Amino acid sequence: MKTLATIAAAGMIAAGPALADLVIPDLHYRTGPYAAGGIPFSDGYQDYFTLLNERDGGIGGERIEIVTCETGYDTERGVECYESTKGQGSLLYQPLSTGITYQLIPRATADGIPLHTMGYGRTSAANGDVFEWVFNYPANYWDAASVFVNFILEENGGSLEGQTVALLYHNSAYGREPIRTLELLSEQYGFNLIQLPVDHPGQEQGNQWLQIRRERPDYVVMWGWGVMNQVAVQEAVNIRFPMDHFYGNWWAGAEHDVMPAGEGANGYRALNMTRLGDLPVFDEIQTVVLDAGLGAGEGNNLGSVLYTRGMYAAMLAAEAIRTAQEIHGTAQVTPAMVRDGMEALEITDARMAELGMEGIGPEFSVSCTDHGGAGMGIVQEWNAAEQQWVTLSDFIESDASVIDPLIAEDSEAFAAENGIEPRC
Amino acid sequence: MPDQLLFAAEVSINGLMTGVMYALVALGFVLIYKASGIFNYAQGVMALFAAMTLVGIQEGRVPFAHLINSITGAHVSTVGFEIPAILAILLTVAVMVGFAWLVQKVVFKHLVGQEPIILFMATIGLAYFLEGVSDLMWGSEIRTLDVGLPQGINDAIDQGTFNAFGYGFFIDNLDIAAAIIAAILVAVLIAFSQYTKQGRAMRAVADDHQAALSVGISLNYVWVLVWSLAGIVALVAGIMWGSKSGVQFSLSLIALKALPVLMLGGFTSIPGAIVGGLIIGVGEALFEFAVGPLIGGATENWFAYVLALAFLVFRPQGLFGERIIERV
Amino acid sequence: MFYREAGDFKTSYAADSQTFPIAFDRWRYYFVIAAGFGLLPFIINDYWSNAILLPFLIYAIAAIGLNILVGYCGQVSLGTGGFMAVGAYTSYKLMTAFPWLDMVSITILSGVMTAIVGVAFGLPSLRIKGFYLAVATLAAQFFLIWLFNRVPWFFNYSASGQISAPERSLFGQAVTGPAADPSAKYLFCLVFAFALAWLARNLTRGSVGRQWMAIRDMDIAAEIIGVNPLRAKLSAFAVSSFYVGIAGALFFTVYLGAAEPGTAFGIQKSFLVLFMVIIGGLGSIFGSFAGAAFMVLLPVLLTNVLTGAFGWDSALARHFEFVIVGGLIMFFLIVEPHGLARLWALAKEKLRLWPFPH
Repeated sequence: MKTLATIAAAGMIAAGPALADLVIPDLHYRTGPYAAGGIPFSDGYQDYFTLLNERDGGIGGERIEIVTCETGYDTERGVECYESTKGQGSLLYQPLSTGITYQLIPRATADGIPLHTMGYGRTSAANGDVFEWVFNYPANYWDAASVFVNFILEENGGSLEGQTVALLYHNSAYGREPIRTLELLSEQYGFNLIQLPVDHPGQEQGNQWLQIRRERPDYVVMWGWGVMNQVAVQEAVNIRFPMDHFYGNWWAGAEHDVMPAGEGANGYRALNMTRLGDLPVFDEIQTVVLDAGLGAGEGNNLGSVLYTRGMYAAMLAAEAIRTAQEIHGTAQVTPAMVRDGMEALEITDARMAELGMEGIGPEFSVSCTDHGGAGMGIVQEWNAAEQQWVTLSDFIESDASVIDPLIAEDSEAFAAENGIEPRC
Repeated sequence: MPDQLLFAAEVSINGLMTGVMYALVALGFVLIYKASGIFNYAQGVMALFAAMTLVGIQEGRVPFAHLINSITGAHVSTVGFEIPAILAILLTVAVMVGFAWLVQKVVFKHLVGQEPIILFMATIGLAYFLEGVSDLMWGSEIRTLDVGLPQGINDAIDQGTFNAFGYGFFIDNLDIAAAIIAAILVAVLIAFSQYTKQGRAMRAVADDHQAALSVGISLNYVWVLVWSLAGIVALVAGIMWGSKSGVQFSLSLIALKALPVLMLGGFTSIPGAIVGGLIIGVGEALFEFAVGPLIGGATENWFAYVLALAFLVFRPQGLFGERIIERV
Repeated sequence: MFYREAGDFKTSYAADSQTFPIAFDRWRYYFVIAAGFGLLPFIINDYWSNAILLPFLIYAIAAIGLNILVGYCGQVSLGTGGFMAVGAYTSYKLMTAFPWLDMVSITILSGVMTAIVGVAFGLPSLRIKGFYLAVATLAAQFFLIWLFNRVPWFFNYSASGQISAPERSLFGQAVTGPAADPSAKYLFCLVFAFALAWLARNLTRGSVGRQWMAIRDMDIAAEIIGVNPLRAKLSAFAVSSFYVGIAGALFFTVYLGAAEPGTAFGIQKSFLVLFMVIIGGLGSIFGSFAGAAFMVLLPVLLTNVLTGAFGWDSALARHFEFVIVGGLIMFFLIVEPHGLARLWALAKEKLRLWPFPH
């Protein structure tokens, strides 16, 4: 009983809500097997909100309060984090884990709190007709698969007939996502698809890479996360696979994925949903946030791939809140209002330039039916000598004629299973 | 030779190499289990801790920087200079010996004579503890470990086999280095336990605690020694695995790959750990090569255990384990 | 003063062999049950139900199950996560294939299915013993997870391989799915936990339980006095897996609502439940509850205290949590290797004599 009382007391302290502020939870993972990816993303996410607080006094004059909770990429901790933060007036969630997303979709839908799963999570959530509270703009996994195929299609002058593509994937819900899309595309364009699963955590890929060496596919595309990426890049270097024919998706294309392989990783390509580069906003974060000692991390991640992506996610969230404030004419928005804001979100080049992130992402707008955004991605290449990613292409469109029916099929199955009526 | 056979041969050789890497981890388990009856689950985390310490020292990082910064508000991260690999390795060995002494002094001294399952649990507690400490000390970002080991395809073997069979075999230089280092390590361990006073004491303790105690061998001393040796083996394993994948949390999971090796080889036998590692390495590689594509792949994780299980049904104490004699 | 047996007369064998021989204990037990069923459902909110009480009750069921195997029968198993996955996937297949089936039957059938699988993987225990068996059960763990990951039939051919629990109700109250009331979910799990704990208590003090304990203490001797090791070991595996399967089913349907085999039922789960059993106390039903409470509540408490009261950043708090949990486990094992249940028994022993210790 005494323990219970202590816990209750501790719970009270933790749950002391500051309702006046805009509460934004950050369910991050700075520990555990995926910490290397979780840290820079969370740094970017938090630092951008801190910048808004310090520079503009928040959004629409309302200060932002960031509530952090450590999930360790563990689904149960994710649920615990969600339940403990939702009572504090959390406006939207960005869990950065496909597993946690699946737990949160039904909960957030029931509680009426929007969920933004940027480029991960449940792909068919792009259908806003069925998933009222879930958004996955600006692009999803199936877009990524299609963007990759479109890019190599262009490299090969429009034909992939007789080529072989090997998909090296994390053997989990996340890694299996692109299979169906790639299968359809392989039929459409006549290339062979080899599937090579790698079990968690992905420390050992010797056999997979021996197979790649034997069968000599023209392209290898990787759906990895965590240590699997580093090992795969190293193994590719070891077997002397041509690195410019080795592509990662956007969760397999950060600095820490290629650095351990050193010089050999030069030329490795990866998709990205944001452009990189010297954005003016980084200077502002450096002076306003980091130099003032307010940074979420050590500050060494500024400008890295995942930092930029986290910052981009924060920008999209802030813009949605701003839109919500305009729609409802109040600075103190509720989660339901933020959802309206997300659904009316419009990102234009002019607005991005105004925010000091010119061209960071594609222009897109969200609507009641379309929660998926532009579905575009870029391709970037690793320059080992300069130790930086070089953007190779402009934003490439995905093939909506392939993806839209898949999304419709999957979301309708979900709607039928859960008795959801189309609402648009 | 037909292609399939060549491929199978290549897969087997690579499997052998992987097996050596497993054996490196398994060795640490055997050392401790033999001398003290403790099934040390923390061996994997020890490898992680050793590798992180090595990288941290090499890069001249300040331990507990994050903690110091958030308590005092300072901004320390590095001491400003890098330390050569060989010196860093020696320092890490010193840290591992200190760790061994602490573990014995604080934990296992008080658990002498407990049931094996309790000791096992204590090592899991130790694993948690060490995991937290190593993250606190060095942060949880991924680090690149480079102590100058060669890496990449071995051209001589590639060329040689290409000329002989028309198909170049792939063998990683790092794997070759690992095999050589493992051989040296085992030779040194065996020499140590056979020809030194401490080694003989170690074997005496492994044989019979009571008898060893009665001829004046200090159990405490031997156990610290064994934990130190296991720490050094963990460091070697950490260096090998860390050079392959970078030093990060997943390194601690290699302990799981060592368990089927132990089952197969027996918990008490050093040659068993080596042979077990080789069998598991080849077995799982060949299975993945031959059967994997038919049933969807990614079979390595469970097949190692099933293979070991199949062996155990016929020899319940492992291939080289001490025969279990049961009396009422 | 109140806690003593003086004046508490027993006039029958039944009264003499009851679980709580001391009147005060009995009343405390009735009070806890009454509070659990009558009071808590009305005062808990989402957070308490979803983040604390549900995992506590479900893990307690799993811990009782594992305790039967490890604590009573002496067979160490590290396959708990895999067996929980069997329960979860059985309940998912049943829920989607037979939408009219009620949740109680689904949950019990999941337990039965897991018991069958458990017996199959328990067969090697007849030859393999000790740590060798512990590692051998890992074969079950890894194989089952791989199976649920690879064979699309198990997750109804969904694109990602995730399974999610549709809404099902009992007596008109939704107990699964997001719309379910927290107190309905809590009560549903509580009924299972209570019934299973009661069953376990009575099994373990009956002839079956005595056979298990004979095997645990020395299997050869037990065989000589006429205990059939095949029956005893396999029945322990069956009963244990039944419990674990029910825990897995509830874990997926009521608590998580969606699951993926690798992350929800991985090897860490096996270790976690084993922890609960050992921290709580081997061979004790109360210990299973205490162990589950300890392992579920401690991290939450630590996070709340470290980040809430001390204002540390949550990553740092998490690292410390590892250090503290690990340290506490070692501390407990050093101070009292027989777990919380033993500490509790010692405390009761002292209380009985208080205030006259001699």
